[in-house]
Amino acid sequence: MIEARQLTKRYGEKTAVDRLDFEVKPGMVTGFLGPNGAGKSTTMRLIIGLDAATSGSVTVNGRRYARHPAPLQEVGALLEARSIHPGRTAFDHLMVLAHTHGIPRRRVAEMIELTGLQSVARKRAGSFSLGMGQRLGIAAALLGDPATVMLDEPVNGLDPEGVLWIRNLLAGLAAEGRTVFVSSHLMAEVALVAEHLIVVGRGRLLADTTVHDLVRQAGGDTVAVATADPARLRVALAGPGVEITGRAGSEELWVSGLSARQIGLAAAEHGVALFELTPKQVSLEEAFMDLTRDAVEYHGGVTKGAAA
Amino acid sequence: MSTITQARTPGVAAGPVARPAYKVTGRRVLRSEWAKLWTLRSTWITLGLGLVAILAFGSIAAFRYKSLTTTGGRMDPDFADATAVSLTLFGVRFGQLALGVLGVLFAAGEYSTGMIRSTLAAVPRRLPVLWSKAVVYGVVAFVVGVAGAFGGFLIADAVVSGTPAHMSLSDDGVVRALLGAGLYLGLVGVIGAALGVLLRSVAGGISVLVATLLLVPGLLSLLPSSWQNNIGPYLPSNAGESLYALHHSTGMLSAGTGALVLLGWTVLALAGGAYRLVRKDA
Repeated sequence: MIEARQLTKRYGEKTAVDRLDFEVKPGMVTGFLGPNGAGKSTTMRLIIGLDAATSGSVTVNGRRYARHPAPLQEVGALLEARSIHPGRTAFDHLMVLAHTHGIPRRRVAEMIELTGLQSVARKRAGSFSLGMGQRLGIAAALLGDPATVMLDEPVNGLDPEGVLWIRNLLAGLAAEGRTVFVSSHLMAEVALVAEHLIVVGRGRLLADTTVHDLVRQAGGDTVAVATADPARLRVALAGPGVEITGRAGSEELWVSGLSARQIGLAAAEHGVALFELTPKQVSLEEAFMDLTRDAVEYHGGVTKGAAA
Repeated sequence: MSTITQARTPGVAAGPVARPAYKVTGRRVLRSEWAKLWTLRSTWITLGLGLVAILAFGSIAAFRYKSLTTTGGRMDPDFADATAVSLTLFGVRFGQLALGVLGVLFAAGEYSTGMIRSTLAAVPRRLPVLWSKAVVYGVVAFVVGVAGAFGGFLIADAVVSGTPAHMSLSDDGVVRALLGAGLYLGLVGVIGAALGVLLRSVAGGISVLVATLLLVPGLLSLLPSSWQNNIGPYLPSNAGESLYALHHSTGMLSAGTGALVLLGWTVLALAGGAYRLVRKDA
């Protein structure tokens, strides 16, 4: 469980994280979404105390990260920036971190196996490809058997096999009851693994929602219907929770709250001929872009006003 | 919840249930820093270079002295009242560069590679990392320094046997001077590590270290002589010299005072490093 309360980080004039309030709940994958520069990486650095908050607070299981006796057991983090000495072997890198917590050598070997690094464990990390470096970072993140796993853009630059591996890993970790917090600027990627979503833009919280709700809000379950007699169809479809829009003089209507199947059946019952019956496909990417675009413009204005 | 157990990722030990009790302790951070030092190739290379520098330059000085005395050539003022100890410690000036630079690398290298993020995620209280680095590297540099000083003495003394410079380990002050040289190198190593944490840059740390040890004493000669006499002895390099000198000329601190002054510089560097480490984002 991660809780942020009015979390704020300013670097000089620039506000990277702006009064964020959110909770990352245990036992599920929470996606942390936002365009590049939205403050995702900074928020993650604040969570594990690499950066100090300008104001507000963020706690892990009720305490600040640094106050835990075994921090690596609370949060295992894979940061976007490389955090490995290139001159050390993969095994030595993990051992160095294991020593600080008294984590046994056996656990290090297990993590090497889990991440498939057996054949390169004795090679220096500087020679690693991006994908292998990422696997080593994940081995380090899981080393302390953490209750919360936090990954910053874990699939960036990975090949399809690596992406799939990460996806399965995240699902497996959540199924074990761990809190999984994963950031991305790619909505599609997050939607595949995450149940819950926290969306940020320019350091501000834009949405704290589920994948399902986000799609619905963006008009994901609208059906486009075309008919010669829109007025009669409106009457036929009217009901609680149903919303119908359309331009005057146009044969096309937009219906939300009913499935294409329900609309078709209702039209047949009332003897209204349909020319078109198309469920509108809103891509998650579009939903996300709409959300962030609006908010960025809106908050842009506010920021200027506040600065003056 | 049988589904949960079934979906467990192979190899990841039990999650929130029955987790082993790990804990960060001072000893463990020390152990980690010890492992960090020895798992890099640069450590072995630089320590080797440092040891070789101490032995080689001491030997060169001894051979030079020997050839001057046997041929009866005009004695350099440097060599006028040389002893086996002073010839040996010729090499310390070179060895201190290698050992000091490795101290900087050991600390600032974490920042240049990004390793510091892993380190501070594991030890978010941060200060234990600095103390452990200082202790681990200080001890290692001390041991290498002592080995170099005693090894160098044995070589140099063998070379100059039969000349006025000959001394034995049992002579008054010899062991103290050689141990003093080791202590000086150990403290220079700690100062290097502290500078690395303070400046977070390999280049910056090395520059400041070299400037402090080699350039500042030279620049001091530009100041009025009363200033030179009052400030000079307290510079790290000069305080160190009084720590390992066999005979103390006028204007030099005593060995004990020199040790305290050098210790003071070390504490100052560590305090600066600690402040930056705790107060500034990593």
